[in-house]
Amino acid sequence: MNKIEAKNVDVYYGAKQALFDINMDIEANKVTALIGPSGCGKSTFLRCLNRMNDVIDICKVSGVVKINDYDINQKDTDVVRLREKVGMIFQKPNPFPKTIYENISYGPEIHGIAQSKSEMDNIVEESLRKAALWEEVKDRIHEPGTGLSGGQQQRLCIARTISIKPEVILMDEPCSALDPIATAQIEELIDELRKEHTIIIVTHSMSQAARVSQNTGFFHLGKLIEVGSTDKIFKNPAQQQTQDYITGRFG
Amino acid sequence: MNSVIFLTIVLLALSSYFFGRKKAILIQSNKRLTALPKFYGYYLAIWCGAPAFLLYALWSIFEPSIVRFFILSDYSSQGLLEGELNLFYEKVKSLSRNQYSGELTAELQRSAEKYLNFRDIAKWSKVVIVLSLLIASTGYAYTKISNNTKTREPVEIFLKGVFFLSSLAAILTTIGIIFSLLFQTIEFFQVIPLFDFVFGMHWYPAKAFVRDASEALDPSMYSDTFGAVPIFAGTFFIALIAMCVAIPIGLLSGIYMAEYASKRLRQYAKPVIEILAGIPTVVYGFFAALTVGPFLKDLGLSLGLEVSAESALAAGGVMGIMIIPFISSLSDDVITSVPQNLRDGSYAMGATKSETIKRVIFPAALPGIVGSILLGVSRAIGETMIVVMASGLAANLTLNPLESTSTITAQIVVILIGDQQFGDPKTQAAFALGLSLFIVTLVLNIVALSVVKKYREKYE
Repeated sequence: MNKIEAKNVDVYYGAKQALFDINMDIEANKVTALIGPSGCGKSTFLRCLNRMNDVIDICKVSGVVKINDYDINQKDTDVVRLREKVGMIFQKPNPFPKTIYENISYGPEIHGIAQSKSEMDNIVEESLRKAALWEEVKDRIHEPGTGLSGGQQQRLCIARTISIKPEVILMDEPCSALDPIATAQIEELIDELRKEHTIIIVTHSMSQAARVSQNTGFFHLGKLIEVGSTDKIFKNPAQQQTQDYITGRFG
Repeated sequence: MNSVIFLTIVLLALSSYFFGRKKAILIQSNKRLTALPKFYGYYLAIWCGAPAFLLYALWSIFEPSIVRFFILSDYSSQGLLEGELNLFYEKVKSLSRNQYSGELTAELQRSAEKYLNFRDIAKWSKVVIVLSLLIASTGYAYTKISNNTKTREPVEIFLKGVFFLSSLAAILTTIGIIFSLLFQTIEFFQVIPLFDFVFGMHWYPAKAFVRDASEALDPSMYSDTFGAVPIFAGTFFIALIAMCVAIPIGLLSGIYMAEYASKRLRQYAKPVIEILAGIPTVVYGFFAALTVGPFLKDLGLSLGLEVSAESALAAGGVMGIMIIPFISSLSDDVITSVPQNLRDGSYAMGATKSETIKRVIFPAALPGIVGSILLGVSRAIGETMIVVMASGLAANLTLNPLESTSTITAQIVVILIGDQQFGDPKTQAAFALGLSLFIVTLVLNIVALSVVKKYREKYE
């Protein structure tokens, strides 16, 4: 079953077109990797899926993006509700300048999810456990989140995102600022999160795409060149350009 | 004469730069230089200007006392007192300027002639000696210039010295000011007990006027004159009113400019707000005294309230308007510098703009905002003109914003306006007030820095 369907998506930054007629289906409860050289539009496409491009003044999006068969690009779409359902992890860990606890409780509080203090405590603990961070921070959840290491901060951001139980999690190069050990922990976590969430991950590392994803889309110069199962893309790509990129001939 | 010598030194130093450079360029045509030609120019200019200028400065400092020594050497042996000698010397000097109108004695006339003579000799020998030193040092440096003269290092050392002397001058001036405050204050407290100053409830410095100059100092007559409580209270009260106006308006407009305003609006609106900071405080002062004060009085009358034409509210309110741009502009800057990825993180959680501002951006920007507020507070405490013009000069101890009250700075103005006599408790009271103001501002700055630092440590 397709969780997300993108049809004829074009994106412009001012006069410059960044994405050209993207059509892509994304399956539920699978990890879809978006790969391609820098500036190919993969992050721009990712930001179309929770309308984060709204934040950028000069950015214009057209086309249809359906999530659960609902077009999110309509004028009256409630962006707050959309982003509650579609969470996002960024390239650089960005914990808020608050305590670990407050970082997690932020989402449930603004969406009115927890009714009591004990319920909130449960959400915080559960989110941290799912993000494989609980054991490391349980004695200091009232200390600032910014005091954690880079890998811990990124897992804190993941815990923050899953605290409101989004159906889809978008990850924009989540490991590019992390060391190999922290990267391995996050990759393991991604595989775990797939059970409850649909995950779309933008990555520069082809080996990471091969390790964590079931489906892969290859972008080049603002166009979606090829999309299919990760196995097929890496072993037997249909397009010459994909073949060249996978084998490291450019990009 | 002095300015001519000074200008000559400067001009010669400038032109020697070109001679030095030219010689270096000539050498360069067949040998490799150790530095760029301009360093040879600087080198020669420094050798030309610095020794001559130094001698010139020292000469100017010591010349008067040396001349005085020669003139008075005839008389000091007569067993005259220091004061008598001074008086005599002043007479000699005014006679030499043809401004003396007292009794002429032969001795005086002779000394005046001698004085004029000495001055002439000193003047011309100064010109000759300074210029010959200049020529000697320039010539020495010029002949020393060759392809491997070290010129870069001496120039760098000289510049380092100039920078060092500048910062030394700044520091010494500060220390000098503090000490002059301190000494005068100590003298003040020898007459007025510290306790009476700090805890006294009455401030009537005018009472000290009444004293006959010939009367001996009697500390008891100053009781109930220099009690600083009313003016300290007035200072903090007016500052409080000002901050009640400035903090909300400044902060909210700063947030609007940083987060909501379009680029175009911000481009035009921000300079307009900053113009407020460029208005001279005396303009704010008469605005408060002539417009706001009477308006509040009329408004009060129509509401059945008794409002003094010179009220703390008028002064504080206008002072608040004056401080708005500081808080608005600074908090705008700190909010804009909060990293975009924090905003993205919050928006991606489904937070609205106001939730993001309140719960993520504001806490992140808080150290800077606290800093801007404390800066505003020190402006409010140090502001003089608005209070003098709009809030009256009577130091009432009151917490009613509709009455007039006075501040430390305004009272310093009151004390020092008109004739005053040095060494009088009334004048020294100004130094005591100045020192208190200095201490309050210093403590405020230290507190501000530690608050900001503590907060930084917590979140960085």
